[in-house]
Amino acid sequence: MKSLTIEDELTIFTAAKQKAALLTFLKSGNKLEINLSKIEEMDTAGLQLLILIKREAARLGKSLSFAMHSKVVLEILELTNLTTAFGDQVVLSEH
Amino acid sequence: MNLDAEMRDALITFTVESLELLQDMEDCLLSLEDGEDPTERINSIFRTAHTIKGSAGLFGLNHIVSFTHVVESVLDAARDGKIAVTSELVAALLPCCDHMNLLVRNVADGQIEEDAVLTANGQFLLDGLQHFLSAKPSQDKIVTISEQPNKIESIGGGAVDSGNWHLSLRFGADSLRDGMDPLSFIRYLSTLGTIAQLTTICEGIPAAEDMNPETCYLGFEINLNSNASKEEIESVFEFVRDTSSIHILPMDSEISEFIDLIKELPEEESFLGQLLVKSGALTLRELEEALSIQDAESSDNLDSGPSKHKQPLGEILVEQQAIPEPIVNAALDKQKQIKDSKARENQSIRVDAERLDILIDLIGELVISSAGVNLRALETRETGLQEATSEMMRLVEEVRDSALQLRMVPIGTTFSRFHRVVRDVSKELNKDIELIISGGDTEVDKSVVEKIGDPLMHLVRNSMDHGIENAELRLSRGKAPRGILRLNAYHASGSIVIEVCDDGGGLNRDKILEKAIERGLIQANATLSDQEIFALIFEPGFSTAQQVSNLSGRGVGMDVVKKNVTSLRGRIEVESQMGMGTTIRIHLPLTLAIIDGFMVGVGLSTFVIPLNRILECVALPEDTRNHEYMDLRGEVLPLIRLRTLFDINAEPSQRENVVIVEYAGNKAGFIVDRLLGEFQTVIKPLSKLFIHIRGVAGSTILGNGKVALILDVASLVSFVENKRPTGTQSLNYSPN
Repeated sequence: MKSLTIEDELTIFTAAKQKAALLTFLKSGNKLEINLSKIEEMDTAGLQLLILIKREAARLGKSLSFAMHSKVVLEILELTNLTTAFGDQVVLSEH
Repeated sequence: MNLDAEMRDALITFTVESLELLQDMEDCLLSLEDGEDPTERINSIFRTAHTIKGSAGLFGLNHIVSFTHVVESVLDAARDGKIAVTSELVAALLPCCDHMNLLVRNVADGQIEEDAVLTANGQFLLDGLQHFLSAKPSQDKIVTISEQPNKIESIGGGAVDSGNWHLSLRFGADSLRDGMDPLSFIRYLSTLGTIAQLTTICEGIPAAEDMNPETCYLGFEINLNSNASKEEIESVFEFVRDTSSIHILPMDSEISEFIDLIKELPEEESFLGQLLVKSGALTLRELEEALSIQDAESSDNLDSGPSKHKQPLGEILVEQQAIPEPIVNAALDKQKQIKDSKARENQSIRVDAERLDILIDLIGELVISSAGVNLRALETRETGLQEATSEMMRLVEEVRDSALQLRMVPIGTTFSRFHRVVRDVSKELNKDIELIISGGDTEVDKSVVEKIGDPLMHLVRNSMDHGIENAELRLSRGKAPRGILRLNAYHASGSIVIEVCDDGGGLNRDKILEKAIERGLIQANATLSDQEIFALIFEPGFSTAQQVSNLSGRGVGMDVVKKNVTSLRGRIEVESQMGMGTTIRIHLPLTLAIIDGFMVGVGLSTFVIPLNRILECVALPEDTRNHEYMDLRGEVLPLIRLRTLFDINAEPSQRENVVIVEYAGNKAGFIVDRLLGEFQTVIKPLSKLFIHIRGVAGSTILGNGKVALILDVASLVSFVENKRPTGTQSLNYSPN
């Protein structure tokens, strides 16, 4: 299982960079995990990226899960009612 | 039997019936507890109470009325399902039933007045009932006049009690770049209410390689539980609404509420958009948007041709998903209702007929005095003055015409009375007859409408009785078993024509002829046209009906019809085909205030003879001189010398003329000096002082300002008839 931790914020300001990173990561293997614990800021652009990467993974038949959602991410997923759609185990991150 | 005795008898009937009804009521109440569907029985109990209350009211038994009223209210609530039919209810109602029984028995025993003890008992029972009524506040309305929930108030505040909104949000692609984060809007939205349901729409995100991470692709469908008005919710999206698509719709459950709101709006706004905005179903911005779409479209359509109409606002709004269709429909209905009531208001003003008559009278005076002015103006040979007066004359005439127009009313109301008549008479005759009315909006002078009712009634009854056959005969003649009677009205060449048309057996020409000869109405060898023969049915004492019925056939009626119609200066035409039906056509002048007259001169005086009475004009034969009769193609024609009649002292002219008039089948000739020709004139009735003068129907003012008398042909002709044996005639009247 390969894992990627998104270090930076996931917002409109980093979206272009993050998109490239995420897509590259998607190519790196078949069983992937993205660690969301370090995301301290996220907006709709970020949310879109998460949706996109999840969809791409499904399209390519790869297993991709989000893990260690940060508080910010959780709040947004709850708000947009996507927690269940993403189907990831949600655990509160440590900090 | 005097009134008191009658009342006493009626009162006995009331008590007997009421006691029976109360017995039924008791039985019904008792059976309610068997667990079967009580609807029908509750209904019948309610009716019982209602009947007793109503009858008691007739006798002024107010204590019974007031007690029963409360019982009735409870039953009404039960009938509407507002109170459950429980054994408690039955238990409370049964003693009420007993109490009513007691009250009625007391009345039967002669105690009409209220009894204090009984009333106190009754009040106790009513208090018991009150408990059922007050259990549900919604029934306040039934008990008394207590306040009704006023929904209109909630519009004023702009809040809908339990707002339940569906928001459909599609954010603009540049939202993110513009620094608008859709998520923050949604967060803010949750401060207005609770987000009951939210679905993120991410289908808009393109394939990974095409996806621009800085473009917003997301949309949201949100069900919001909020008391905020549509306007308030919309304001949340103020900064993005130009680029995004924001639809805020009431949930289905709220639609009916909006419809109710729209229905209860005061009737002042008549634009669809305003109605919708007022009800809170539409925001101003949505309205403006839709209007601009409408404008844009209609300006596009200018090129494609003028025949294209603007797309209705309602359609645009529904298309734009600003508002659900049922609400638009409700608003459209409301709009129509407002328009209708406005139209009604505009359609009529009630004016006292007398005032109208005064106005018309004054206008008549105005016409006369302006004619005088005109004459004077012509004498002055001042072109400017003459132009001014001729313009004034034109205007005065227009004023006169429109004043006469004021008296015009549609004949439809007179016609529609016959629905009931036809229904009743066809039952009485056991015939199946349908009444078809057309041309009801044809207008005719009010006085004509008032006077035409009776003749029409005769004609309609006659057609139903003698015209339309019974069903068997109709079937054997190959006609539909249901007879058709038509009433029709239309304008034709300055008069109104009213038709009474049936598809019955038609008039029997030979039978009429036979009867007319038998009655001596015509000579046996007379040759008459069909029209003339049919016209004989309007002669007095004429009836061909095989059987005299209640309705007609006594030979009175048809001649009355003719008399009435003639008195309105009208005439009757009959068209008939054996086996096919009869059409009776009444021609009436549009107004009684204007007459088509024929002017004649005697000495210096001018007279007007109603044109429709005139048969012909002939020169007075030389050999007549002082005879009272002349030979008109072998017929004896009584003569009336207007000169003698009106005591006109002037030398007779060289050549005298005879105007031959007819009234009710009698002819007479008026000897006059000059024939001045036809002219249309306004009749001015004679003042009360002259009302007893016979032979004169009214007066009119000629263009030169002189008065001309309008001759009453009817009375003059009958005058001749009566005076026939005696010599000179004079009415001892001088117009000068």
